[in-house]
Amino acid sequence: MVQSFQEHFDSLIDREVTIEPKDWMPEDYRKTLIRQISQHAHSEVIGMLPEGNWISRAPTLRRKAVLLAKVQDEAGHGLYLYSAAETLGVSRDTLYDQLHSGKAKYSSIFNYPTLTWADMGAIGWLVDGAAIMNQVPLCRTSYGPYARAMVRVCKEESFHQRQGFEIMLTLSKGTGVQKKLAQDAFNRWWWPSLMMFGPPDAESPHTEQSVRWRIKRMTNDELRQKFIDVTVEQAKVLGLYVPDKDLKWNEERGHYDFGTINWDEFREVVKGNGPCNRQRLETRKKAWDEGQWVRDAAMAHAAKRKARKQEAANAA
Amino acid sequence: MSQDINNKNEWPLWEVFIRSKAGLDHKHAGSLHAADADMALENARDVYTRRMEGVSIWVVESRHIRASDPGQSESLYEPANDKIYRHPTFYNLPDEVKYM
Repeated sequence: MVQSFQEHFDSLIDREVTIEPKDWMPEDYRKTLIRQISQHAHSEVIGMLPEGNWISRAPTLRRKAVLLAKVQDEAGHGLYLYSAAETLGVSRDTLYDQLHSGKAKYSSIFNYPTLTWADMGAIGWLVDGAAIMNQVPLCRTSYGPYARAMVRVCKEESFHQRQGFEIMLTLSKGTGVQKKLAQDAFNRWWWPSLMMFGPPDAESPHTEQSVRWRIKRMTNDELRQKFIDVTVEQAKVLGLYVPDKDLKWNEERGHYDFGTINWDEFREVVKGNGPCNRQRLETRKKAWDEGQWVRDAAMAHAAKRKARKQEAANAA
Repeated sequence: MSQDINNKNEWPLWEVFIRSKAGLDHKHAGSLHAADADMALENARDVYTRRMEGVSIWVVESRHIRASDPGQSESLYEPANDKIYRHPTFYNLPDEVKYM
């Protein structure tokens, strides 16, 4: 039975067999994965910045410990994902270069500012909620290292959403001012959260091929609808208003109908013109550049210790 | 297994294996970069065991791992297919034989 590499690969995909790093894969599959996984990793890393903004100003020690743990998790998630991307033959330094030069994208949501403490609640509840919606199907994605990284990420992510909802709940049951803060954060984060699922299927250039390859298991629009349906119900528990006057339950569809998303705003933010794009990248680059001496020193230290060990061995 | 040449200044890559509890095998958890083995262990602790996932960690530099080639799966694993006599179910014994 003679089979081309391509036929063999296609049959693995069709039989839902996981692809592993040493398996032959089409160049486009590899490229698509590197793009998607590294974008995801960059999002985790940049995603630490809006929340880092509030660590020193968390209202209680408990909230501070939780926020620190969450931000540390995000660093960890970035690392899992970079490792998965590296199994495809791209180096970590190349991936960082792509982020720092602006060649690679990260989730547009992190280009919005965190103006009040309530934003920590809204981010956990909505942004992490949307991320989980996206990530759960990825636990069954066709590339093994990516799927395994996602399993680990998803396990950790559910605390992120719950702590965010808890902040929103506390605020919305608090004083009038606190409730106002919660509603204001909800108003600002709702629409950008819906944009996190990416452009509508009709305009999403990669969706069809990615679904074929089982890199993506659900389309942008399917995931967005699912997120809206569950989140609207959660907002009722909080007693907050969903900032969409067109939002209405559609009995026939069994889903909520919702208003028009401002895709012009989305495209502007992706292009680099969101409220915080420049600040985020500058902060990230500064951290990387100022850490250079630490990375160099660690290598020099390791080399010195190795040489000393060698000397001792020779002397003995 | 990086074919990318833009990694001259990177800390080496390490593979991390974790024993989740006493009595179980170490299992591959993922990889990370570190300047030396001690740092790899410390980083593995922070990256892979933030929620009590392990009681023991092994790290090994990735370049020391030799992996089999999936293209040779047939010649490596197929010879086992026709040796079903290696499995206990191959042997028919009378029902009255106990504890075997």
